[in-house]
Amino acid sequence: MTKQFTLTVQSGKNRFGEQEGFETIEIRPGDTLAIVGPTGSGKSALINDIETLAQGDSITGRRVLINGQEPPESFVREPASKPIAMITQNTRCLADLSVEEFLRMHIRARKPGREDLLEETINLANTFTGEAISLKSRMSGLSGGQTRSLMIADALVIGDTPILLLDEIENAGIFKDRVIQSLHGGTKAVILVTHDPYLALTADRRIVMKNGGVASVIESTGEEQYLIEDLALIEDRLHQIREKLRHGADFSSLSSKVLITPARQSLQLNRV
Amino acid sequence: MKLLIIAGPPSGGKTAVIRQVIKNLPEGSLPAFLKIDVVHATEDQELAEEFDIPVKKIYSGDVCPDHMGILVLDDALRWAESISRNILIIESAGLCLRCTPYTTYSLGIAVVSAISGTNSPLKMAPLLALADVAVVTKTDLVSQAEKEVFRESIRKVVPEIDIVETNAIQGTGLRYLMRRIANHPAIGPDQIKLRGAPPLGVCTVCIGKKEIGWKNHFGVIRPLDMPEPLYRGD
Repeated sequence: MTKQFTLTVQSGKNRFGEQEGFETIEIRPGDTLAIVGPTGSGKSALINDIETLAQGDSITGRRVLINGQEPPESFVREPASKPIAMITQNTRCLADLSVEEFLRMHIRARKPGREDLLEETINLANTFTGEAISLKSRMSGLSGGQTRSLMIADALVIGDTPILLLDEIENAGIFKDRVIQSLHGGTKAVILVTHDPYLALTADRRIVMKNGGVASVIESTGEEQYLIEDLALIEDRLHQIREKLRHGADFSSLSSKVLITPARQSLQLNRV
Repeated sequence: MKLLIIAGPPSGGKTAVIRQVIKNLPEGSLPAFLKIDVVHATEDQELAEEFDIPVKKIYSGDVCPDHMGILVLDDALRWAESISRNILIIESAGLCLRCTPYTTYSLGIAVVSAISGTNSPLKMAPLLALADVAVVTKTDLVSQAEKEVFRESIRKVVPEIDIVETNAIQGTGLRYLMRRIANHPAIGPDQIKLRGAPPLGVCTVCIGKKEIGWKNHFGVIRPLDMPEPLYRGD
């Protein structure tokens, strides 16, 4: 699907019945938006409103338009016409099917006749996870990381929609950086719910949630760039420690300071 | 009078869907509610308290609840009419997935949960095949891909059925069901009939006879070395 879409979210009400802190949010191809806020603040409800193209019929009363108009019913109801793919927080798939059967059925729903996408999907999924997924695996037997990897690859290859919603992709033990790489550089609009400071700050806009509604929308002006650079270094250091830990490293010979040293110093330590 | 017949397995979300339906009925709608269950149900009281509507409940005990439903439906319609109601909502017990309690003139709604397994639509084929709408609940608990695969599985059983996906607790997506209800015609002049022949088990086992062995039963029986079942009784 290469058609371009502009998505408009019209504000609704928060848990206390107060109007949200915006009038409309326009989302265009290539935009990235991060949704941030404490647990229970309404982050998932917001992307669910977008996924179901709510028309004032959800608990928030928001409306979601496509190209300024109420979307045709097929966009909501027919997977083959749906311009939105969503990857939820679920790290379990309950379908009692093999990976191959599952993907074939999803291809039939989304892209009838494109059986060739099967290989591509599984290959991409296997670049996101350290534990390879086979076509013969049972869906319900996949680990959390495998499930998440497969769902992301499915959304990118079988869905291949102009709008992509991601709910906390960082929490699944997958290679986050490779996922982010696969998302970038396209004409897709990417909206992600995240608690990850790096992901949140690198987005073009941040939607801040509170009490079930949007409290504010912060535009990235470039002035936060210094923080992004700092975080990149911290991320890198964390990644190294995490990978060492995963492979059984013992840090007891080093001072515990290593883990809590600020970024710039830790970078120097890193270089020693 | 409009008639809605809502069927589906236990814990599938039938009552949650009914709550949303009652809440969102078009103006001027006067609903009455009948719950048919086997031994225990509280939905009638909950809905009566929440919406202040007339309700009735019937326990089928040892008899198949859908069989019971078919027997009392006529009386139930008369009851709803006698208290000047214009929409009767019937919730089945959701016990046997082979039952097709839908009738002519009714809007048949099958409620199935998205977490009930990809092959469940095949297992409850009759329940879906004669329904007008399949409402898929708990879609918030599965990934989008899984939801779409489940939908494909329903389509395999009934290619043309109207599928409505919802998180019934919040009511998302139910606008399509509400439109269907609003446009559904009232009961006409002809005799109301079942759409299909439900394989209702009104045999002696179903009515509570516990003895084993065909000699202790009537109706459709089958000795081990007989190739076909046969009918015993008058």
